[in-house]
Amino acid sequence: MKNQSLFDYLLHLGDNSLILGHRLSEWCGHGPILEVDMALTNISLDLIGQTRNYFQYAAEIEGKGRSEDELAFLRVDRQYKNVLLVERPNGNFAETIARQFYFDSFHKPFLEKLQASQDEQIAAIAAKSLKEVTYHLRFSTDWVVRLGDGTEESREKMQDAVEEFWTYTADLFKATDLEREMVKEGIAVDVEQMKVPFMEHVEDTFARANLKLPDFEPMQVGGKEGLHSEHLGHLLAELQYMQRAYPNMQW
Amino acid sequence: MSNKQNWPLFEVFIRSKNGLHHRHVGSLHATDEEMALENARDVYTRRSEGVSIWVVESKNIYASNPEEAGELFEPAKDKVYRHPTFYDLPDEIKHM
Repeated sequence: MKNQSLFDYLLHLGDNSLILGHRLSEWCGHGPILEVDMALTNISLDLIGQTRNYFQYAAEIEGKGRSEDELAFLRVDRQYKNVLLVERPNGNFAETIARQFYFDSFHKPFLEKLQASQDEQIAAIAAKSLKEVTYHLRFSTDWVVRLGDGTEESREKMQDAVEEFWTYTADLFKATDLEREMVKEGIAVDVEQMKVPFMEHVEDTFARANLKLPDFEPMQVGGKEGLHSEHLGHLLAELQYMQRAYPNMQW
Repeated sequence: MSNKQNWPLFEVFIRSKNGLHHRHVGSLHATDEEMALENARDVYTRRSEGVSIWVVESKNIYASNPEEAGELFEPAKDKVYRHPTFYDLPDEIKHM
C-alpha cells in the first residue's frame, strides 16, 4: 500500500484515544460521585469520538473496505500502536487522574502542532479535538492540584500516583521510525519537541499542588511499535468480546 | 471520600443562548466554585444546552417560605387590572 505509513500513523493516533477512552469508560457507574462519574465518561466519549475520526480516515486510506469498527475490534494486541501510558489500569481515583494528567499535558501541545499537518484531514481532526482536550487538561490539572494540595491522605495518594506513571511518559516522547518519516513529510508532530511544553505544565502544576517531581528518568517505551504490557490483552478481551463472540453483530 | 456527603450543594443556572437570561436547571455537589462550574458543564451542558453557566452555593440563596405563600402571593390574585389585558390592539400590531 502506497500510504502504509499514513495508515499506521492514523492507527497510532486513534489507538491512543481508543485505549484511554476505553479505560475511562470502565469508570461508568463507579465514579466517586455522580458528577465526577459523568465527567470521566464525557472525556471517554470525547476520546472515542476522536478515534472514530482517525479510523474512518484510516479505513478510507487503506481502501480495502475495512470499517472503523473492524479496525477497533478485530486487531490483535501487537497491532495496536498506543503508548504504554494509556493502557495502564485505572487503579484508584488519584491514579486515573495522574494518568490522565500526563496524557493531557502531552496531548494538548501535540494537537496544537498537529493542526499544522500537511494532511488537511488530520489537521481538521486535530483542530476539532483540541477544544475537547483543552478541557480535559483543565479537568485533570484541577484535580491534581485539589488532591495534591488537599488532605494528608489525598496528597500521599496523588504523590504515589504521579510516581507510578512517571516511567511510562518516556513512550510519549520517543519517536519511532514511522514518526520520523511522517515528520519529514510534514504530516506528523515531532514528539521529542513536545517534552518542553509538557515539562513546563507538569512542573508548574506540581508546584501549585505541593507535589514532588519524581527524581528518576522515565524509561518505559515500545507501545507505539506494538510492544505492550499484559494489561492491554485483558483490556482488548473486554473491548472486543462482542465482535469476537458474535461476528458482525450490530447494535 | 468518606465524607462526600459533606460536600456543599450548589445551584446551577444556565443561559441557553445569547440574549436570554440564565435559568435554574438543577443542583449538584462540589467542594468549591471551580469544581461546581466544571461539574455543571459535565452534568448539565452535555447536549449543547448552554453558552454560560452560573453556580452559587445553595446556602447563599435566601428563599421565600412556602408557609408564607398566602400573605406573599394571594393578594395579587384578584387584581386582574394589573394585567395589560384591557387595551384594544390595532390589528397591524403583531407579537404582543
